[in-house]
Amino acid sequence: MSRLGETVARHEESIRNDWLDSMSKSVQRVDLISSAELREQSHRLLSAILRGVQVDESAQLSGAAWNEVKEILQEISASRAHQGFTPSETANFVFSLKQPLFNVLRKNISNADELFREVTTVTLLLDRLALLTIEAFMATREELISRQQQELLELSTPVVKLWDGILALPIIGTLDSARTQIVMENLLQTVVATNSKYAIIDITGVPTVDTLVAQHLLKTITAARLMGAECIISGVRPQIAQTIVHLGIDLSQVITKAKLSDAFALALQRSGRSVVQSNGTSNGSMSNVLTSAAKEK
Amino acid sequence: MERIPILRMGSFLLITIQVDMHDKLAMQLQDDVTARIAEWGATGVLIDISSLEIVDSFIGRMLANIAAMSRVLGADTVVVGMQPAVAITLVELGMSLPGIRTALNVESGMELLYRNSAMESGVGDERSQA
Repeated sequence: MSRLGETVARHEESIRNDWLDSMSKSVQRVDLISSAELREQSHRLLSAILRGVQVDESAQLSGAAWNEVKEILQEISASRAHQGFTPSETANFVFSLKQPLFNVLRKNISNADELFREVTTVTLLLDRLALLTIEAFMATREELISRQQQELLELSTPVVKLWDGILALPIIGTLDSARTQIVMENLLQTVVATNSKYAIIDITGVPTVDTLVAQHLLKTITAARLMGAECIISGVRPQIAQTIVHLGIDLSQVITKAKLSDAFALALQRSGRSVVQSNGTSNGSMSNVLTSAAKEK
Repeated sequence: MERIPILRMGSFLLITIQVDMHDKLAMQLQDDVTARIAEWGATGVLIDISSLEIVDSFIGRMLANIAAMSRVLGADTVVVGMQPAVAITLVELGMSLPGIRTALNVESGMELLYRNSAMESGVGDERSQA
């Protein structure tokens, strides 16, 4: 069985040229990868396959001899995934090696039985390698997606302090269960940390409110109430107000306001503060003074 | 036998739960609270659960029961200092405890009780100020 390894080793140079040639005809993406880089990758992969074939001819890819090939392939497909290749383009990188190998085998083996056996081995080997490539490609892609999801979650749930004892929580994007959990935990922890009595949940950035989103909101509000903080929902757009009524969602236990400023004014008022405009200034604007009546504290 | 102490502050009762509640302890507390309210004629009950880290539906129901019983006996109940994890657990269990008033800490809970009793008696300084 060392015939395959021997033949390939003898004609390595011509196989590689053949391979590069066929790739440049069909699958090479000059916009994504330079031909020098492609040549370097092909060179490394082919010599690794050659070393693998010489040690272990079973083409099962299970022996230690194939570890190098696997590592190289995984590295190549990971970089392809980042560069923006499609899965089939990535797989074709391996598949396009088939024809050059077949050509060499056909030229050098005259016995039909032997030729068939070697061709079968090569086919099996390359199929497995291609599968491995796709798997590595997918793994890289999934990793990319889950990292982006994580980043999105962290990015989108800030809790800001508007005033002593008043928090605001602007929610942007759809509220699903996973996000509600994070929003809720963030809010409750900040309520404890800042000792805030009022929390304004601003849903201006929530595109749609359905029963599920409303339920998540109500859960958050109930949890905050259990801890002794009062929640105000703000940023209810007219469209959403209509949807809420049509869906029969009961928000009667919750204070809702159209704008964040209305909610803030209410929170100030409830905590015994009021906004007063001072009259002494010439331009008359930007001079709102907050006074804190000694009602709450 | 282990008991949760009930302190008296003027016309209010102060209960601080500092150990893990088990069912027997909860039942005992229920008995004690109702007995004390009747005995001392308390008008408010403040339960501090800031050191309570684990709750189940039974404890949640016990809190709701104490509030309801106190109401019958003429006393308001305020639960203060609930931990975020506890609040989330109760909500996930579907217990929103609608009959219970809550506050962030003992201080604001006391304030709430004072304001309530002032409002109920109708002679509070709160009214006259406003």
